[in-house]
Amino acid sequence: MSTLSLALPRLAASRRAAFAKIVHNEARLAWRRPVGLIAGAGIPVLLVVIFGNVSGFQQPMPGIGGFTIFDAYVPILAVFALAMIALLALPVPLASYRELGVLRRLSTTPVPRTWLLAAQGVVQLGVALIALVVIFGISIVAFGARAPVSPAGLLLSIGLSAVGLFPIGLMVAAVARTANAASIIGRLAFFPLIFFAGLWLPQDLMPVLLRDISYYTPLGAAVRAIQSSMLTGFPPAAPLLVLAGYAVAAGFLARRFFRWE
Amino acid sequence: MSSAPPIGMETGTGTSAAGPSRAAAAGTKPAVEIAHLRKTYGTLTAVDDVSFSVAEGEIFGILGPNGAGKTTTVECAIGLRSPDAGSISLMGLDPTTQREEVHEIVGVQLQSGALPDKLKVREILDMYQSFYRAPADVAELTSVLGLTGKLGDYYKALSGGQRQRLSVALALIGNPKIAVLDEMTTGLDPQARRDTWELIKGIRDRGVTVVIVTHFMEEAERLCDRVALIDSGRLVALDTPARLAAQARGGKQVRFRASDHFGDWLLTDLPEVAAVRHDGQHVVVDGSGDLVNAVILKLAAAGITAHDVELGSQNLEDAFVKLTGRHSDTQGAVS
Repeated sequence: MSTLSLALPRLAASRRAAFAKIVHNEARLAWRRPVGLIAGAGIPVLLVVIFGNVSGFQQPMPGIGGFTIFDAYVPILAVFALAMIALLALPVPLASYRELGVLRRLSTTPVPRTWLLAAQGVVQLGVALIALVVIFGISIVAFGARAPVSPAGLLLSIGLSAVGLFPIGLMVAAVARTANAASIIGRLAFFPLIFFAGLWLPQDLMPVLLRDISYYTPLGAAVRAIQSSMLTGFPPAAPLLVLAGYAVAAGFLARRFFRWE
Repeated sequence: MSSAPPIGMETGTGTSAAGPSRAAAAGTKPAVEIAHLRKTYGTLTAVDDVSFSVAEGEIFGILGPNGAGKTTTVECAIGLRSPDAGSISLMGLDPTTQREEVHEIVGVQLQSGALPDKLKVREILDMYQSFYRAPADVAELTSVLGLTGKLGDYYKALSGGQRQRLSVALALIGNPKIAVLDEMTTGLDPQARRDTWELIKGIRDRGVTVVIVTHFMEEAERLCDRVALIDSGRLVALDTPARLAAQARGGKQVRFRASDHFGDWLLTDLPEVAAVRHDGQHVVVDGSGDLVNAVILKLAAAGITAHDVELGSQNLEDAFVKLTGRHSDTQGAVS
């Protein structure tokens, strides 16, 4: 027993190094096959530039407190990025690792196979962070969007959005047998969800019933929380609780149904 | 068949009796000890009361038709599946409760395990090396495996043989005491297969106990000190390949090309002949006694000449067929 306790600190240090190596390789893979980077960061940034140049979008909207349509779109595009990363960039590689037998091989080493999932999560969180900084940055600096009224609320909303959306991506990876299937399921989930986020019709312009439904969808709740932080102040509890609820439910289901081989 | 005592079992499961002199001389505890292993999937019994042990420094083969329970046995042994009954010990460790410790000392190469296309060989090796407390040296390992020039290549760019060697490298990178290699030469060309056999012998010479799973009889014959033959989840034989072959078929075999067609009855009438079969252009006659002379004389009397006469050596394939009632390579007929 004494040898065990002596070995533990050394083990912990070497294990941290092992996790860092996995993260490093996952980052290389994300860079070398940049589908997730393009879909998750490239497309929403491009949309910011396009919407920022639509002159009509810079006019104050009547009836919703003088915000411009562009102001309303910034949170939607931020959530677009988060959703692309959570629903496509995260689950597709994980499903391919199961398909290729990478997870099975990993489970014959002393390293827990859950680490590959965690490493992929860390890398995609990094991508999301970069995407959001760029989206908010150029929206505010280049296209005159309002700076956030509640920066703390914004950080909390973004954090909870990631926590709510990433487990949904893990759920996609859990049910998809192959990388192709994960990609198809991710897309099929993305389009209805992004509709409720208001990509075609922002929440404030939606009919009341549609808007109420939107508030209970994961992307709708994320947009509502982020938009409140940007335009009015600390977000109401409702969207934050909805996001937390999705995190718990999807996390449970992903854990329950994830197949390692 | 399953009620008959397995061939070779009378020598006991102890490695000293049936094992090679190397193992007997070492006289140490076995590297692998499996006793009364049983694993069921629903109503299907995949492995049923399998027991064997592997001595340190031995190359041990697990043979059997597809679906016989070879891979399940190995997966239980390395802690990937939990057995329903029985005990397993790897260098004194129990894989069901000491998974992590077991994985430190057991290197595993699983069947058909690929890697991401866009990682380079060096990056893969570096990462797997970091998983172990006392890993092997990447430079040395890759030089032994002939991968040195490939370190900067993407996995995608590797040939089948190179991928296989990388896979073996990953099984060895933790400096394991036991290496478990499942169907390591499946899909390789004959030259690459022979190279891999040399490699395995080299690994054993470095003191690693090697357990291979295979359905290639030639591989088992050339490489293994002992083999366990598993069929329908049960251990049907456990011995050296040579003894197994000898015990399975007490008779002789002659193989030739005939100058003309003849009825099988011509030879089956002979008291020395047990069976006649045709293998392409060749006739294969199993029998006993002065088989060769009897066959040649009989053919000559009928005006037929036997060309390319070969005395068949008793081989493991014959033992396999006799014990399982199947050919090792006719996978379609199995399971």
